[in-house]
Amino acid sequence: MKGITTGQIKMNIAVLSGKGGTGKTMVSVNLARIAVPSVYVDCDVEEPNGHLYFKPEDVVCEEVSVLVPKSDPDKCNGCRECVRFCRFNALVFSLDRLTVFNDMCHSCGGCSVICPQEAITEYPRTIGHLELGRSGDVYVRTGIMNIGEVAGSPIISRLLDVNTSPKKGITFIDCPPGSSCMVMESIKDADFCLLVTEPTIFGTHNLKMVVELVTEFDKPFGVILNKTVEGEADPSEEYCLENHIPIIGRIPFDRELSNLSSEAKIASEESVRFENLFQSILDNISEMV
Amino acid sequence: MKIIVPVSDNTDDSNVDPSLSRAPYYMVYDSETGASESISNSAKDSPSGAGVKAAQTIVDAGAEVLLTVRCGDRAYNVLNGAGIKIMSASPGKAKDNIDAYLKGNLSELDTIHEGHHHGAN
Amino acid sequence: MMKQLLILSGKGGTGKTTVAGAMTHLFRAMACADCDVDAPNLHLIFGNTGKEQRKDYYGLPKAHIDEAICTMCGLCSEMCRFDAIKVGYTTRVDSHACEGCGLCEAICPQDAIEMRPVVAGDLRLYTDLEKGVFSTAQLRIGNGTSGLLVTEVKKQMIGAAEGAELAIIDGPPGIGCPVIASISGVDMVLIVAEPSISGLSDMERILDTARGLKAFSAVCVNKADLNPRLTDNIVTRCREREVPYLGEIPYDPEVVRVVNRGLTLAYSECPAGVAVREIFERVAELLYEGVVE
Repeated sequence: MKGITTGQIKMNIAVLSGKGGTGKTMVSVNLARIAVPSVYVDCDVEEPNGHLYFKPEDVVCEEVSVLVPKSDPDKCNGCRECVRFCRFNALVFSLDRLTVFNDMCHSCGGCSVICPQEAITEYPRTIGHLELGRSGDVYVRTGIMNIGEVAGSPIISRLLDVNTSPKKGITFIDCPPGSSCMVMESIKDADFCLLVTEPTIFGTHNLKMVVELVTEFDKPFGVILNKTVEGEADPSEEYCLENHIPIIGRIPFDRELSNLSSEAKIASEESVRFENLFQSILDNISEMV
Repeated sequence: MKIIVPVSDNTDDSNVDPSLSRAPYYMVYDSETGASESISNSAKDSPSGAGVKAAQTIVDAGAEVLLTVRCGDRAYNVLNGAGIKIMSASPGKAKDNIDAYLKGNLSELDTIHEGHHHGAN
Repeated sequence: MMKQLLILSGKGGTGKTTVAGAMTHLFRAMACADCDVDAPNLHLIFGNTGKEQRKDYYGLPKAHIDEAICTMCGLCSEMCRFDAIKVGYTTRVDSHACEGCGLCEAICPQDAIEMRPVVAGDLRLYTDLEKGVFSTAQLRIGNGTSGLLVTEVKKQMIGAAEGAELAIIDGPPGIGCPVIASISGVDMVLIVAEPSISGLSDMERILDTARGLKAFSAVCVNKADLNPRLTDNIVTRCREREVPYLGEIPYDPEVVRVVNRGLTLAYSECPAGVAVREIFERVAELLYEGVVE
């Protein structure tokens, strides 16, 4: 029995957690599956996992590139202004030649601007790619960063800009764990943030950090208590209650759910029990916003 | 010829530092005069790219030979490209390693480890 | 010479910190470091008692604009590739977006911009006569762990832990630069693997990284019974890679209760505690004798 028809709402919901392994991807994937038509965006570009659940079809790849410098040896006079300028240590001058370490470069364009001989120009270099596909009525957008790259933010930014999604429907943004600048990039367009946590003191400690993050960005938020155990004290729940943080859902620890997720299966597809569980969470979210 | 060794402090008696790019100092030994001096290593405080910056410092010091316990791939690219020989040092006194090199008892460093490739910002 | 045991896992949530805490007590290690700086947790079970010393940790400097000199020409905002400068009533730098490249400082016609060091967090050292030395750090939000910070946390521990026989290091998550920094100089890496598809792939990547750094690795599986099929895969892969497999820990609801009381599994009689003690015996054999029976 469905609540509000989710196809009528258009909004961005970011799903985040302070520590990894709390079930952020499992939650975002299942909610996206229930809320069809919907969009699932995987911003965990270092280790994207959502596509393992969806196995999207009709996948279109789009490369993401950034600009990196190169020096014209005919114009370069070895003054080394660029080496002195670069704060990321991406440039080295040795044997009368400038060498660029591309994977250290942040693409600021500075060396090219300050070179007194105008010897430095920039060219695009691929740092990763997007995979845009569909799994039934879920549009699946995944960002993948090449191993060894410095910054995932340009990929996340492009991932969130790309518009292949339907005009209506909820977009679930699966964020990287932690509270780094990649997480900040992921939530910048979020209308609502779902914080996933677990009932250990570790989970609570890290929940506080993400609460601080979403508060600083003025985002409305609520918490999902995952892996709860009936009859056991839940420090994360206590923290939410003490601080008047809305609890949007409780997912009890369940061996079947855990097993399905470890095999990258979408639990709400496999059993009515889980379908109902995630539907009720979705209904709670709809009521909140 | 100048021989350079990453060291843990700036005294004559110093030990070889286990890190190349984050050693606090480099000892620069001139085999012709027998004199040695310490230069400080600004790379050690870099959040990233320490290997690259350290290699630039070593190149600029005019070193022909480097004695080190370890070397990352970025530093190796720069040093090798500049024609600097990289020899395998043993933990212990820098001076002992230099003596060992001059007697021909050190071998070339054969393990270059993967660099500190970045993940998150 | 103090031996160092590093605990890694790749993705979070595998139980790395729980295992690290138990090992610290079982080994009676007098030196301990929490390099999981994005989400430090070890102190919750190890206890950060004793004398505390804090030291500011500086990340990359960020741009600072002197509004008194700024003429609002907007050149910095135009040139900034990270959209970190906005010109409104004043010219403002978004310090989260600023990547510290220094271009604005170099080109400002009025010299109104200066790159200033920014405190990204602080290093914390706790020394307790009975428990030993505990080194960690706390980052401010928006900052991620770097190789430098991991190195500083380890150095801080080593500097204060004279005479300690063994140090246990709770490693950073992931597979990138901070992990590489954590592996350098350790005697053994214990990988706590999770029996899931992503857990298996992370284990492989860490084994590759450790091998490239000539570090000795061993593997154990946590919550093994949640997916016996993948646990078997892990055992097979270890055998194929000639990496010692030290055993498995079952999923055990008692673990949450133990951890929430601020205790470790070291003395717990529950199934997970028994399993952790068996793994501890094998780790000790490898660490001190280099062989596993």
